[in-house]
Amino acid sequence: MVRLLTLLVALSMLGLTLNIPAFAQESGPLKIEITEGVIEPLPFAVPDFVADNGAGAEFGRKIAQVISDDLTGTGLFRKISKDAFISQITSFSSPVQFADWKAINAQALISGAVSVDDTGKLVVRFRIYDVFADQELGQGLQLVGTQDGWRRIAHKVADQVYSRITGEGGYFDSRVVFVAENGPKDQRQKRLGIMDYDGAGVKYLTDSSALVLAPRFSPTGDRVLYTSYETGFPKIYVLDVASVGRRALENQDGTMSFAPRFAPDGRTVLFSLTKGGNTDLYRMNIDGGGTERLTVTPSIETAPSFSPDGSQIVFESDRSGTPQLYIMSASGGEARRISNGQGRYGTPVWSPRGDLIAFTKQSKGRFHIGVMRVDGSEERLLTASFLDEGPTWSPNGRVIMFTRETQGAAGRSSLYSVDITGRNLRQVTTTTGASDPAWSPLQK
Amino acid sequence: MKLMSKTVLLCAVMALAGCANDRFDDTNSVDLGNNAGPVVGSAQDPNSPLYFQQTVGDRVLFEVDQSTLTAAGRSVLDGQSSWLANNSEYNALIEGHADEQGTRQYNLALGARRANSVQEYLVSRGVPTSRIKVVSYGKERPIEICSEEACYAKNRRAVTVVSVVPTS
Repeated sequence: MVRLLTLLVALSMLGLTLNIPAFAQESGPLKIEITEGVIEPLPFAVPDFVADNGAGAEFGRKIAQVISDDLTGTGLFRKISKDAFISQITSFSSPVQFADWKAINAQALISGAVSVDDTGKLVVRFRIYDVFADQELGQGLQLVGTQDGWRRIAHKVADQVYSRITGEGGYFDSRVVFVAENGPKDQRQKRLGIMDYDGAGVKYLTDSSALVLAPRFSPTGDRVLYTSYETGFPKIYVLDVASVGRRALENQDGTMSFAPRFAPDGRTVLFSLTKGGNTDLYRMNIDGGGTERLTVTPSIETAPSFSPDGSQIVFESDRSGTPQLYIMSASGGEARRISNGQGRYGTPVWSPRGDLIAFTKQSKGRFHIGVMRVDGSEERLLTASFLDEGPTWSPNGRVIMFTRETQGAAGRSSLYSVDITGRNLRQVTTTTGASDPAWSPLQK
Repeated sequence: MKLMSKTVLLCAVMALAGCANDRFDDTNSVDLGNNAGPVVGSAQDPNSPLYFQQTVGDRVLFEVDQSTLTAAGRSVLDGQSSWLANNSEYNALIEGHADEQGTRQYNLALGARRANSVQEYLVSRGVPTSRIKVVSYGKERPIEICSEEACYAKNRRAVTVVSVVPTS
């Protein structure tokens, strides 16, 4: 849908001068250190992108809005209202009046242009400015995509702004697969939905005729593993996102299979299989063969997740009497317990950076989403509510999305996100109830 | 005996007009006012799934996080096994459930443990394994929806659903 980022080399010949005044060196480059304790959001300005031709006009404002929402939604940036702007950007190639942006304390300025080319493709060019350094931050870029894909282009621009200023990868051009919920608690209808990370563009991947649970993306985001009661019994299916075609992965009679998760290789699948009331971990090939049992215990073993390098598995087990988190080799064998606090731990998910495990914790009648280091140290609870569960990581390992269900007969599920410092708790807008989110990798 | 003869006679007369012969289903009954017998398939018919559900008892309840049968649960299951012995054309699907305290995956596994406890008990009481299937719904199918122990207690259940549909 969107071609790979293309360096806008042509722009450097358009007469844009990038003189760096001496004081720019003293103020240092524009940068947010996310690891700092308290963050003062960085003020930025995104004027509507300039329409290079008539066909581009409708996109200029919308693209600027999505970029602005993406950045503001991180809690790390603060939008400066357009009403405060002193100078307007009417031409992408004209020199930026830095003084006008300094006067309103816009530390970052994102300026862009949009047009529709002869083939109907949307062409977006943009530049990011470090206003107080009187210079451009990185190089201008050009993105080309379909007109329908304008949101993705906007997210890609915002990802560039985010990564150039924070030094970390972005996460805006990503999607979330989830379970859309309708109806009261005792007659709940569930179906799989997929949407942009910000809740836009929802599409449904299944109907509500069978109960579906806990979808998980493949490492490339093109397939989804999930559990469905289509046959009357919980079984794992794999669904192709583009064609919505699906097939059962495993169909051993008299068993239940659930809690599937892709390995980083995109071929191996970890899952729970229940036989004779006992639930253990297994792995199998995505093509259906090579089933291998990884745990042999009378306890419950479920919710497995691979380390990013595929060498280890973190999972949940009640072998000690209560559900706790364990890590073992991806081929099975001895497991070491990593959760040590008071309470019950479940749904561990390895962060894409490899350094943290996100989990659900149940303690004193409350549920929490938390993170701990891989060795179990530095446990940090990020949320607390009647029922929070099922964390999933943003592609850059900075944000966690999860399910929050409210209490009582009218209880409803929604998706929330929080960053790994526990700040910036936000509800993700969905038109139906929603649960079991799984965040895709950054799209190509 | 005298009454019965009268009844037969009466019916013989009525046969021309379509005598309701279900009057004679319960031969122990001589009371003309109360000898209609249960309607087949109704909750009064001891061979009906409704009777199984309402009179034998189709469910057993569990303590928090437990899958061990209680004394009351075993007593219900004794009734279920007798019913299944008397109604051999019926098969059983045991649905294990959990309350909403707990994660989705763990509760699926816990519901499976509960369904399995019921299955093992029924098998120990002579019900052939081939007539029983088990499934877990975890916390997905609560019947009571308040978020209090009174509701949770009813949701921590294993329900035996009988039907003539083959189990395999």
